Amino acid sequence: MFEWISLLSSWAIPVMITFIPLYAFTRKVPVYESFVEGAKDGFGTAVAIIPPLVGMLVAISVFRASGALDFLMGFIAPALQGLGVPPEVLPLGLLRPLTGTGSLAYTTDLIRVHGPDSLIGMIASTIQGSTDTTLYVLTVYFGAVGVRNGRYALKVGLFSDIVGFVAAIAICLMVFG
Amino acid sequence: MINGIWLGMIVIGFLFAAVNGRMDEFTAAVFDGAKNGVTVSFGLISVLVFWLGIMRIAEDSGLLKKIASALGPVVSFLFPDVPKGHPAIGYILSNMSANLLGLGNAATPMGIKAMQELQKLNPDKDTATPAMCTLLALNTASITLIPATLIAIRLNYGSADPAGIVGTTLAATAVATLAAIAADRMFRRMSLLRRPPKPPAVGHGDSDRGSTKLPHTSLKG
Repeated sequence: MFEWISLLSSWAIPVMITFIPLYAFTRKVPVYESFVEGAKDGFGTAVAIIPPLVGMLVAISVFRASGALDFLMGFIAPALQGLGVPPEVLPLGLLRPLTGTGSLAYTTDLIRVHGPDSLIGMIASTIQGSTDTTLYVLTVYFGAVGVRNGRYALKVGLFSDIVGFVAAIAICLMVFG
Repeated sequence: MINGIWLGMIVIGFLFAAVNGRMDEFTAAVFDGAKNGVTVSFGLISVLVFWLGIMRIAEDSGLLKKIASALGPVVSFLFPDVPKGHPAIGYILSNMSANLLGLGNAATPMGIKAMQELQKLNPDKDTATPAMCTLLALNTASITLIPATLIAIRLNYGSADPAGIVGTTLAATAVATLAAIAADRMFRRMSLLRRPPKPPAVGHGDSDRGSTKLPHTSLKG
């Protein structure tokens, strides 16, 4: 199963890039001109993302560098420790929705220190892999189209982060614990 | 809420920096974060330019519409407001399948393109539509079959079974995605109850009426 999926992953992009223009060519689409026409939008879209992304990353960066994030993590950790959850993985719950690179760095460090096949390593890998960085996704997607009022999207994203975090820990404790 | 979180992080950061005597780190973090934002955006240029080009070919050839009508029922359950056969559906599907395969640098451009198509259906350009919120819910939870980065890291640190987390990750991400869809549904219903329904966005659909930008479907050929 795993090998089949990973094979699919590695073939997907090359197949798409070959098949789409080939199919279009048979439909008499001027493929190269069409490509260039569509690609023109790419630069503008990337530039439109800069202001919201800079704003958001500055706030996150300040929050981390000031020691506020560490304090908050130290505050939450003892509360959940009683449930048999290794306290080392708890900061990930807070880090994951805020910063993708930050939580990846933290996960890598846990794997390095405790070993990839330890319970901590398994839980951390599962948490890291199970959701995306909510704040980043919101900033980029809304930023690209200039939507300022995201309505309930942030609440939904953060809620699913919490559910994913709890589920990752519970499932790992059941399977590997 | 986003305003509160943004301001909150800065103000709380300031207070902690003051107490911890980390004012220099605070300043460094500001410019570090700003630089990071620009770097990430610039890093997106190459994939955006390339994928938007490829996706335009798919759109011009009618492939996107074909996929959209083939898999339409799945999408129309999640996105009831998007008219059938609208190009947004093709992009949403591409975004979902790229996420599924763990192709992050293809998923983002397709997701952004889907957002741009959804924005064309949006009567109020500053405010997200329910369909946009659903797309974001799917992307923040991001169901992934293969967490490729983590497998690579685990391999790197000598794991006996680097792919051992595939099952647990899939289970956890499925739970998170279901939770996201359920919460999205709930909020959508609540927001419909709160304000009387506006005329459905369908009318704005495929006509290019009032669009100042280039029409999304090419008129060539």
